[in-house]
Amino acid sequence: MSRIHVTTTINGDETEFLCDAEATLLDVLRDELGLTGTKEGCGTGDCGACSVTVDGRLVCSCLMLGAEAEGREIATIEGMAAGEVLHPLQQKFIEMAALQCGICTPGILVAAKSLLERNMDPSEEEVRYWLAGNLCRCTGYDKIIRAVMETAADMRRAS
Amino acid sequence: MRYEAPQDVEAAVRILAAEQGAYVLAGGTDLLVKLRSEMVEPDVIVDIKRIAGMKAVMPEAGGWRIGAAVSGAEMGEHAGLVAAWPGVVEAAGLIGSTQVQGRATLAGNLCNASPAADSVPAIVAAEAVVRVVGPKGTRDVAVIDIPKSPGKTSLGAGEFIASVFLPARGARSGDAYLRFIPRTEMDIAVVGCGISLSLDAAGKVAAARVALGAVGPKVMLVDAAAEAIVGRALDEAALADLAAVCSKAATPIDDKRGTVDFRRHVAGVLARRAAVIAEARAKGEKA
Amino acid sequence: MALDDTKKIKNFKVVGTRPNRPDGIDKVTGRARFGADIVAPGMLTGRILRSPHAHARIVKIDTSKAEALPGVKAVVTRADFGDVPEHVADVMDNCLAGAKALYDGHAVAAIAANSVAVARKALKLIEVEYEVLPHVTDVDEAMKPGAPVLHEGRQQETVPEGLSGNVIARSEFGHGDIEAGLKQADRVVERTYRTGATHQGYIEPHACLATMSADGQGDLWVCTQGHYMVRNVCAAILGMEQGQLRVTASEIGGGFGGKTVVFLEPVALMLAKKSGRPVKMVMSRSEVLRATGPTASSSIDVRIGMKTDGRITAAFAELRYQGGAYPGSPVDMGSMSAFAPYDLENVKTVGWDVVSNRPKAAAYRAPGAPMAAFAVESAIDELAKGFGLDPLAVRLMNGAKEGTKASYGPTYPAIGLMATLEAAHTHPHWTAPLGENQGRGVACGFWFNFGGDTCVSLNVTPDGTVTVSEGNPDIGGSRASMTMMAAEELGIPYDQVRTVIADTGSLGQNEVTDGSRVTFAVGLATIEAARAAKREMCKRAAMIWGIDADAVEWEEGAARPAGPNAGKFPPMTLKEIAAIASNTGGPIAGHHEVNAEGAGVSFGTHMVDVEVDPDTGATKILRYTVFQDAGRAVHPAYVEGQFQGGAVQGIGWALNEEYIYGEDGILQNAGFLDYRIPVASDLPMIDTVILEIPNPGHPYGVRGVGETPIVPPLAAVANAVSAAAGVRMTRLPMSPPRVLAAIHEAARG
Repeated sequence: MSRIHVTTTINGDETEFLCDAEATLLDVLRDELGLTGTKEGCGTGDCGACSVTVDGRLVCSCLMLGAEAEGREIATIEGMAAGEVLHPLQQKFIEMAALQCGICTPGILVAAKSLLERNMDPSEEEVRYWLAGNLCRCTGYDKIIRAVMETAADMRRAS
Repeated sequence: MRYEAPQDVEAAVRILAAEQGAYVLAGGTDLLVKLRSEMVEPDVIVDIKRIAGMKAVMPEAGGWRIGAAVSGAEMGEHAGLVAAWPGVVEAAGLIGSTQVQGRATLAGNLCNASPAADSVPAIVAAEAVVRVVGPKGTRDVAVIDIPKSPGKTSLGAGEFIASVFLPARGARSGDAYLRFIPRTEMDIAVVGCGISLSLDAAGKVAAARVALGAVGPKVMLVDAAAEAIVGRALDEAALADLAAVCSKAATPIDDKRGTVDFRRHVAGVLARRAAVIAEARAKGEKA
Repeated sequence: MALDDTKKIKNFKVVGTRPNRPDGIDKVTGRARFGADIVAPGMLTGRILRSPHAHARIVKIDTSKAEALPGVKAVVTRADFGDVPEHVADVMDNCLAGAKALYDGHAVAAIAANSVAVARKALKLIEVEYEVLPHVTDVDEAMKPGAPVLHEGRQQETVPEGLSGNVIARSEFGHGDIEAGLKQADRVVERTYRTGATHQGYIEPHACLATMSADGQGDLWVCTQGHYMVRNVCAAILGMEQGQLRVTASEIGGGFGGKTVVFLEPVALMLAKKSGRPVKMVMSRSEVLRATGPTASSSIDVRIGMKTDGRITAAFAELRYQGGAYPGSPVDMGSMSAFAPYDLENVKTVGWDVVSNRPKAAAYRAPGAPMAAFAVESAIDELAKGFGLDPLAVRLMNGAKEGTKASYGPTYPAIGLMATLEAAHTHPHWTAPLGENQGRGVACGFWFNFGGDTCVSLNVTPDGTVTVSEGNPDIGGSRASMTMMAAEELGIPYDQVRTVIADTGSLGQNEVTDGSRVTFAVGLATIEAARAAKREMCKRAAMIWGIDADAVEWEEGAARPAGPNAGKFPPMTLKEIAAIASNTGGPIAGHHEVNAEGAGVSFGTHMVDVEVDPDTGATKILRYTVFQDAGRAVHPAYVEGQFQGGAVQGIGWALNEEYIYGEDGILQNAGFLDYRIPVASDLPMIDTVILEIPNPGHPYGVRGVGETPIVPPLAAVANAVSAAAGVRMTRLPMSPPRVLAAIHEAARG
C-alpha cells in the first residue's frame, strides 16, 4: 500500500505531505503536520472541534480525506492570528471568558470567523444556528455567543 | 485501500465497475463516518468531485440540474434554486451542521438510503429525477425508485448518480419540508414531511405530492394524502384530513429516536404545517 | 483566624475583577497541549478490545495471532497484572476485565502497534471465547430477587435478606418521626420519579502517553482531573513505588467528574513496559460513551406532607441508584443532599446502592444530587401549586438557614439559600408575563463542597515576579483565580504572578479536582503560601533595617515598619527585597500544605420559562436565571461560567440526554448524534445573579461554585414543563415522545 503524495496550501503556506488513503484531513493535520490545534472530539462530524475551512468553506476535517486536500487552500486555527496579533475573535474570547476548558475553542473560533466573513451583522439566532455544530460542554454557550456578537459589532465599527 | 480522483465519468465508471469494494465519495459526510466505524472497508474510494459538472447547478428545461457533488451550502447560496424550490433547499440545508452543509450533497443523502434522510422527502415531493451513469450508459430514474430499503439502493454495479434534476416550477406552486427532531439542530429526523403543491386560480389545490420520511423502511410518497387535498381549499377540514391520512399512512417503528405513536401523530402534524407553508409560497407569500 | 481576616479585607484590589486568564492565548491559538496533543520518539499506538456483550464469562483469550502480526509490539490482558491490592481491585477490573465482562464496552485486552492500521487489524486477531450470561441494566429490575447477579459476596450487612445480590448497600439519614409528621399534613404527595443515566459529555476524549523504563521508572502524560490520584492508583496496580511514577497533567478538555478515575493509564503503562516503547492511547467518542463513567440512573419514591399554609410536616425519600458494574453509586450523596435545602422536623432518606450491567458510574458534577433534587423539588412544587401557594414563598417558609440542623446531620453555619430565594422572588423574571403553552419552574439545589489534601508552593524570582505551583489541573480558569489570590495577598499586580500546574514530582499529595474544591482549597493554600512568603520578606527587611521581624508588616506590596516605634524606614517593595535576596539568606519562597476543611456548603435557586408544543411535545427553553451563593466571587466571569455551564448540562439531562440500552444490553447511542447534549441553537442566554455570603472557612470567604449549578435545573425544567403541558412529568429525560404521550394520556383522562 503506497502512500499518497498531496500538495496543498495550509494557512497560506504551500505544504506537501504523504498520507494513507484512509487518513482524514484531521489525521494529517494532527499526526503528519503537527497542527494539533484542530481537535478531535468525535470523529463523526457531530462536535465541530475539528473545524477548518477548505477553499473558504467551513467543514469538519474529520469528514474529509487528506487526499482530497490536493490543490486546496486549508485554513486552521494556527493561521488565525497574524503573528503576535490575535484575530479580534480570539481577543474577545479571552476578554469575555468565552472559554473554560478550551478544547472546543479552536473549532468555534474557526467557525465564528467563517460566519463573520459572510455576515458582519448576525442576529443572536443566526450565530446560534451557525455554531450549532460546535459542541461546548463547559460554557452553556452564553459567553461564546456574546463574544461573537460583540466582535461583530467591533468589526462593524472599525470598518 | 486506494484513493482515486478520476477526471471524467468514464474513468469513474471503469473503476466502480471493475472493483466490488469501490465506494463513491462526494461530500463524504456519511462515507467517512462508516469508514471510521469500520462499517465499510473499501478497496478503493472514487472521489467524483474532480469530474466536470459535478459541482455545477445548471438551468435546464425551466428546471435545475444539480451536480452530484454540489453541497447543501452551495444550494442555499444559489438564488435561482432557492426561488424555485425553497422546500428542497431547506431540506438539504437541514442535513447536519454548518460544517456538514459545506460538504453534504443531495445525491449522497439519497444514496445513503436512510429512511430518515432529510432531503429525500422534499425531492420526492418535487418529483425530481436523477441521472444515473454506469457501464451500460446513462439512465434517468425517478427519485422515489432509488432507495430500496435501509442502506440499499437500486443502483447497479458500477453505477452512480451524476446529477439530480428538479423540474420546472409551474405557476402558483410551492414546496416545503419540515422535520421533527428533539433538539433544534444536529439530529436525525424522527419524522420528515415534504410537500409540493400547485393551486388553481381559485386558490384550491390543483396538484400535490406528499412524501413522508422516517416512518417506514424507505421514504414514502403518500398518494392518499395528495388525494385528500386536491380539489379543495386548504381550510381546517382539508388540513385535518391531510393530517389524518398521513398519520394513517405512516408505518413506523419504535427506536431510540421515537415511538410508533409519536411518529404517527407527528407525521400528521408536520404534513399539516408543511402544507400551510407550501400553500403560502404558492400564493407568493413569504413563508 | 479566618473570620478576622475576612472582616479585615474590605477592599479587594484584584479579587472580584475580571482579568484575562493566563492560559488564554494558548487556548485561542491552538497552542495549548491537551491529552492527545503530545508525541514521543518511537511512540506506539495503543488500542483496546472491548466486550460486545453486556454480561459474559471470559472463558479464554487467545492473543497469539495478534502477537504474530508484524508491527504489534505488545499485547496485554488481565493476566499480565496478577493480583492487585484490594483498594484498587475494582479499578483494575474496570480497566481490563478479569473473569467476566460486565457491560457492553468493557475492556478485555489491549495491544500496542507501530501504526493505527496495524493496531486496528491486531484487535480483530484477538480471539475471545465468551460464555454469554443473562444481563440486567435497569435499577428496579436489578434489585429483584432472581435478577442476573454481577458479583457474588459483595452485599453489605446493611442490606436485608431477600433482595438480589446486586443490592450492595443500604443507607439511612434523617431525624424526627415521619409517620407522625405525615399525620399532621393537610396533603401528602407520594410519587415515584425516574431519571436516565447521563454522561458528563466532555468534548476531549480520554488520552494518555506512557513510558516505562527497565529500571522501573515511569512517566505518564494524561488528561485527568487529578494526576496525583492517577499516580497513586497506577502505582498500586502496577506494583510500583509512587515516587517512581511521575505524572504530568495535560490541559484538560472538560471533565465534570468523569476524569477523576483511571481507564487507560494502567493499561498504557503495562503496554509501555512490555514493549519498551512509549505508548499513546486515545479513546474514540464511542469508547468514551460505552466505557467511561456516566452517572447513575435512578428511581426515587418521595412522600412529603404539607399544611395548607405551606409548612412541610414530614419528608421521606427512598432512592435507588444503579451505579454500573461495581459498587459505589452516588446514592449516599443523593440521599444526604435531597432535603438539605430545608429546615425540617421530620425527615428521612433510605438509599440503595445497586450494581447493573452498565459502565461503572463516575462522578458527574454534584454526583447523586441532581436526581434527588428533581424528585424532591418536583413534589414540593406539586404541593405548593395544589394549595395555590407561591412556590418560592413555600421554599422561603421552609428553607434552611444558619442554625438549621440538616437532614444529613450537621448544623449549618452562615449559608446562602435564603439570599438566593429572596433574590429570585424580587427578580423581574419571577413576575414576567407568560404566553400560551408556556410555564415557569423554580427549584433549589445544594452541594456539600469539599476541601482535601492540597499543596501550594510560591516562589519569588530574583526580579521580583512570582510563580505559584499547584497540583490541580485547570479545568475552567482556576489558574486565573490562583494568580488573582496570590496577587491580592502579596499586593502586587496580577501580571506579576504566573501559576503553573506542577507534575507529581514537584509537590506533595493533591486531592483530585473535584467537590468544587479548587478555588476554595487551592486558593486557601495559595493565600497561606503567599503569607509565608510575606513573613519571610518581612524578616529580610527587618534584617536589613536592623529591627525586630515582628516590627515589620506587609502592606500594598511592600514591607514597612509596623508603627512609629519600629523606626523610620522607607518601604521595601517585593522587587527590592527579591533583588537582594541572595545577600539576605537566599531565595524567597512560601509554601503551604493542608487537608483543607471548612469548604462551606453551597445553595442555588434556578428559574426557567419554557414553551411546550402541544402537538409534538417539544420543549423550548425561553428564559433562564441562576441565583447562587459564591461566598466570594474571585473571578466573577468564571463564576458566571460555572453557573451557566451547570444549568445547561442540567437542561440536557432534563430534556434529551439519556443512555439508551436495548433488550440485548447494548448501548444504542454511543455517539454525539444520538446522545443529545444541548447545542447553541437550543438555548437562550443564561442569566446569572451572584450572591456573596462569605464562607467563614476561607480567608477571603470563597465557596466552591462548580457543582451546585447542575442540581436545581432538572427539577426547575420539570416544574416548568409540567406547568406548560398541564401534566406532571415524573420521568427524565422529558423527551418529546414522553411529553406528548403524557399530554395525550391526560387528555384521555
